[in-house]
Amino acid sequence: MSIGKMLSPAAIGVAVAGLLAITPVRAQESVKIGLILPMTGGQASTGKQIDNAIKLYMQQNGDTVAGKKIEVILKDDGALPDNTKRLAQELIVNDKVSFIAGFGVTPAALAAAPLATQGKIPEIVMAAGTSIITERSPYIVRTSFTLAQSSTIIGDWAVKNGIKKVATLTSDYAPGNDALASFKEHFTAGGGEIVEEVKVPLANPDFAPFLQRMKDAKPDAMFVFVPAGQGGNFMKQYAERGLDKSGIKVIGPGDVMDDDLLNGMGDAALGAVTAHIYSAAHPSQINKDFVAAYKKAYGSRPGFMAVSGYDGIHLIYEALKKTGGKTDGDALIEAMKGMKWESPRGPISIDPETRDIVQNVYIRKVEKVAGELYNVEFQTFEAVKDSGKTKK
Amino acid sequence: MTAFFTILFDGVAYGMLLFVLACGLAVTLGLMNFVNLAHGAFAMAGGYVCAVLVNQSGWPFFAALPLAFVASALIGVVFERALYRHLYSRSHLDQVLFSIGLVFMSVAAVDYIMGSSRIFIKLPAVLEGQIDFFGVGIGRYRLMIIVICGLLTAGLQLVLARTRFGSRLRAAVDDPRAASGLGINVPQVFAFTFAFGCGLAGLGGALSAEILGLDPYFPLKFMIYFLIVVTVGGSSSITGPFLAALLLGISDVAGKYYVPKMGPFVIYTIMIVILIWRPNGLFGRSASR
Amino acid sequence: MKKPAYNVGFHARQQARWRWSEIAFWLLVFGCALVFPSRYLIMTEIVRLALFALSLDLILGYAGIVSLGHAAFFGVGAYGAGLLAVHGILTEPIVALVAAGLVAAVLGFLTSFLVIRGADLTRLMVTLGIALLLEALAERFSNITGGTDGLQGIEMQPILGLFAFDMFGKTGLFYSLAVLFVLFLLARRIVYSPFGLSLRAIRNNPLRASAIGIPVNRRLIAIYTIAAFYAGVAGALFTQTTALASLDVFAFERSADLMLVLVIGGTGYLYGGLIGAVVFRMLQEVFSSITPQYWQFWIGLVLVVIVLVGRPRLHRWVLWGPNLLIAQFSGRKAVAAVGESDAP
Repeated sequence: MSIGKMLSPAAIGVAVAGLLAITPVRAQESVKIGLILPMTGGQASTGKQIDNAIKLYMQQNGDTVAGKKIEVILKDDGALPDNTKRLAQELIVNDKVSFIAGFGVTPAALAAAPLATQGKIPEIVMAAGTSIITERSPYIVRTSFTLAQSSTIIGDWAVKNGIKKVATLTSDYAPGNDALASFKEHFTAGGGEIVEEVKVPLANPDFAPFLQRMKDAKPDAMFVFVPAGQGGNFMKQYAERGLDKSGIKVIGPGDVMDDDLLNGMGDAALGAVTAHIYSAAHPSQINKDFVAAYKKAYGSRPGFMAVSGYDGIHLIYEALKKTGGKTDGDALIEAMKGMKWESPRGPISIDPETRDIVQNVYIRKVEKVAGELYNVEFQTFEAVKDSGKTKK
Repeated sequence: MTAFFTILFDGVAYGMLLFVLACGLAVTLGLMNFVNLAHGAFAMAGGYVCAVLVNQSGWPFFAALPLAFVASALIGVVFERALYRHLYSRSHLDQVLFSIGLVFMSVAAVDYIMGSSRIFIKLPAVLEGQIDFFGVGIGRYRLMIIVICGLLTAGLQLVLARTRFGSRLRAAVDDPRAASGLGINVPQVFAFTFAFGCGLAGLGGALSAEILGLDPYFPLKFMIYFLIVVTVGGSSSITGPFLAALLLGISDVAGKYYVPKMGPFVIYTIMIVILIWRPNGLFGRSASR
Repeated sequence: MKKPAYNVGFHARQQARWRWSEIAFWLLVFGCALVFPSRYLIMTEIVRLALFALSLDLILGYAGIVSLGHAAFFGVGAYGAGLLAVHGILTEPIVALVAAGLVAAVLGFLTSFLVIRGADLTRLMVTLGIALLLEALAERFSNITGGTDGLQGIEMQPILGLFAFDMFGKTGLFYSLAVLFVLFLLARRIVYSPFGLSLRAIRNNPLRASAIGIPVNRRLIAIYTIAAFYAGVAGALFTQTTALASLDVFAFERSADLMLVLVIGGTGYLYGGLIGAVVFRMLQEVFSSITPQYWQFWIGLVLVVIVLVGRPRLHRWVLWGPNLLIAQFSGRKAVAAVGESDAP
């Protein structure tokens, strides 16, 4: 044992002290937004859509609002809540951000909630979709959607359109359970019957056995919620098993038919009816421009996550305009409450009481438009609030 | 009863797919004693090659499949010559570190080139839907998987057991020094074997896009499954992993069908029980290291 | 005062003496904690990871048991501490920490019987399987664990009733550091004790060890249980300092990262886990702040390079500068720094 060997711990320590010292130094005359998204891992496509949309918005609208320069600091949390919390804390304490935004999954959004409260920093939730989130801090505002919004609507719609027996297939995690609960409540209240209920594990390679159960239950339709991304595999296997031919329709909240994947699903998806907040085929000029700009910039169709990000950054811009560039948390939240605007998805507003989003929910059917698959909207439920909360 | 057969059929298809994906790993791990956690990366490469050929260049699916094999095998041989061969004699921990590093790189690289969304391969109409066989639903695509994988397995077994190359490989593995003394070009045999294993993985990757989903995280997500197949099967032959993959596939599918609430428990419990019962796998020789 | 050569304890004590470089290491660690107040959180995370890696080092470096499921104990510790706090059973952090560690230790003891059988690969998979089973269980019993949402609403009392956890993570860091230091001292005692020496004998050659009368299985069970305790404490620290526990504490990625950390730092000399934790997390931090999307690529590249170049050589390069300085100061010429090549 030479002395030299034992030097290494100390020497490494020195090296690290050097590394730790590299703390970012930034100018003060700007408004900073800490954007925390899953950019790696299974949720990465959510993060990327939101990030893209925000970049697009800032290109279109400039990066200066009310005389302040907007600076977005993007951090990757890999959808792990402890990472989210640490990053949020560092952004608030070290980078002095005025907003924290993003949050790909519910646990991540919840983990940051106490920090928003303590630091009086508005937390803009751009993806996570369980009802409880906005109740966890008076500084949380949501620009995405809640699952209850779309699931209750599709429940009501199903009853009215002659669907009597439904089998459900939902991913076994909070959003899935939310979706299932709200659908069930509205569907059974209207006289429908749930004949089979299957919860599939979140990380689930193969749907075959679950689909077989669905087929055996012989329902009129199946209610499906799987996270965006798995929808494609689900639909392909649905067709493979011949469920489309045995007359079992697919209904559900629109996550399954996410626009950025829809086209790859093939004709299996045709005819699926979903209720959702956004379709790339939404027939408004504002949306056509948005879709065209997004496609031009990133070469793919924007999904609902992209729209949530786009609206989220819009909300931040507008709130700053209202406060005249002041970044006081309470003033910003006040400014955001009740704000109304026309988004690519249609007219939306922020509920002044719950700080949750109020928006139209559209019933859409997958159809072929100009050779590509789109969710074509055919019925609108206007200004839907999150029923997960209004009850309580 | 027909449901039972359908489930059995699905399970067999799933198992066969796992086998093709994992059998290259069984070879590198069992025969060459190299812990190659990056095996899934070669599978992913094959999958993406196939997807690009079919979706963007308009190749027919059946022509793209062999190319997925060739592409992965080529990548495999390049990596083996450039990197892997230096590490055969290193400790297992070094090999783990190295191959995980490769996985990380492949994940990020594919994400960069192809984007992080899942991709799908456009299938010919022949492969879509189900055939009704006395009331048992037989998915055409899964039937094709079973046929392809079954032929491959039989071929592999023949090659290993009956051909000169097979005996060279077995000799090279058992005692590299003695084998090279007998005039067997051991590095060449290893390189070829490695490449072939990667090629199979690539083919498996292309086939699995439809069933397992293909995205940049493929190598990380399915690493565990590959390892289970190899350890449960024992890594001294390819029959072991083959039967293990079938067992895994069938029990996974059946578990999810009959006891959906206990879904994930089934595989892991089976794995632990088997490993405790037979620590070297179902068909393992004595301790492999 | 030379003791007779056959006195094993003498050699053990010789080895166990504190070297000045170790003291310097710890001074530096505490120094870092004082100097960089804006980096408390990342440092806390490193300390947590270091403790976790120390736990793996105890079984891998000293007893030769590979594990790809060490997160099982981490997770049990994390949920243990979380549940104790949520239900108000034990709100004093230190007591809860020990309690959570003990729960993990019990699990470690029970599962050790499964793990000591079989060769490396089997052990890898059995440990992995146990962790995955626990993850599935935690997901299944979501009414207890909060399921995929994670355990919410954990509030910790001030430590010893004196130091409250603050937003900047100051208390959390010093608390974690103190825990790490105490447990490190304990680990140091353990590995230099006759018990620790017997473990090394087992690692080098189990057959020979049992031939000279070491009860191999019992020793392995003991160290596995101790390591589980350490991992449980690390998990509990996680819950207490972040005030959350979610399913990913059991995740395969956590175990795999841990393995990387330890292998980077080197096994079998206790500091490996600590150094590995620092290097790994700092690399992640630096790369992911440069490129949030593609940092994994660069981490992967570093891992590949580390292996290809070989760690001893790499350590020599990295330490060339610092060692030169140290050599200047101490006026010694022969300070060739060899990193963990001393790790047998």
